[in-house]
Amino acid sequence: MAILHTVNKSPFEKNSLDACVRLAVKGASVLMIEDGVYGAMKGTNKSDVVTGAMGDVSFYVLGPDLKARGIGEDKLIDGIKVVDYSGFVKLTVENDKVQAWL
Amino acid sequence: MKLGIQINEGPYTHEASITALNYCKAALEAGHEIFRVFFYHDGVNNGTRYTTPPQDDRNIVNSWSALAKEHNIDLVVCVAAAQRRGIVDEGEQQRNGKDGNNIAEGFRISGLGQLIEAGIQSERLIVFGD
Amino acid sequence: MSETKKFMYVNRKAPYGTIYAWESLEVVLIGAAFEQDVSLAFIDDGVYQIVKGQNTTELGIKNFSPTYSALGDYDINKIYVEKESLEARGLTVDDLLHLTWEDENEDWAEKDSIKVVSSSELKTLLDDSDVLLNF
Repeated sequence: MAILHTVNKSPFEKNSLDACVRLAVKGASVLMIEDGVYGAMKGTNKSDVVTGAMGDVSFYVLGPDLKARGIGEDKLIDGIKVVDYSGFVKLTVENDKVQAWL
Repeated sequence: MKLGIQINEGPYTHEASITALNYCKAALEAGHEIFRVFFYHDGVNNGTRYTTPPQDDRNIVNSWSALAKEHNIDLVVCVAAAQRRGIVDEGEQQRNGKDGNNIAEGFRISGLGQLIEAGIQSERLIVFGD
Repeated sequence: MSETKKFMYVNRKAPYGTIYAWESLEVVLIGAAFEQDVSLAFIDDGVYQIVKGQNTTELGIKNFSPTYSALGDYDINKIYVEKESLEARGLTVDDLLHLTWEDENEDWAEKDSIKVVSSSELKTLLDDSDVLLNF
């Protein structure tokens, strides 16, 4: 019964990414969307929230939101997969339910 | 797959509504069914026909109306949240003694039970908010 | 209703600063009529929603905290509060409303609805749910 977690706020604005990672079970997927994509960037003082959890949880980031914010894929933490909206839909279907960390 | 969508924010201040719109389009393209889109909290503001956004940018209300028409999607605005925020259809206008109504095409006003039902009947419920 | 689903209402926001806490509770109350398996989770600032002693008279906003006490009457008695969220805020269960329900299987004995759970327990509870509502 795996959850697709979505995180839509920047980790510098809200604690949603922290809460998500704290409460995601091993085997879950986390998709960063909207301002949440800032959580996918390497070299920030929030990057280790993601890198620390990568052994247990799969991380994804929504491409259109990255592009909108001028974030090149070379700026992302290694191991995060970029998906588009159809990838978002696919993740919804492949997991059992969605938990939105707002 | 049957998908239920909950939108907690209005059309412009937050990205929620447009993310949901883009998600729904992708889902429909992939052959899924949108069981219902339920607008709650400030999300009810997606249901007013009186927006006049600049021509060179997105018209979110019209986009929802068009998507609903093309794919026969049930767009539901929560009655309690709508009453608080002034989204009114003809029925609400009569019931509450208002001098007009503003509901956009393709939207209907109904109770919170519709959200619960979407949770029960859909195979996935996806929430877009702040 | 052909099937019963496990509904989990996730509350992470403080009351009054925004309306999410109250409008989320309104969903819970309406949802009670649908006879699903309902749980509530209070996480992060959501724990402030059920702190006792709320007095809104000088704000001009309705104090809706008494409504949580009615949940037991609606057969909603699985109210999970994250221990780590309480501790981070210097709170204990004694700071919270005393929410109870009456167990008809035990001669209407009054029981506590609030269960303080660790993050580790809560993550399993979230994982076991079927429908996760967030506000």
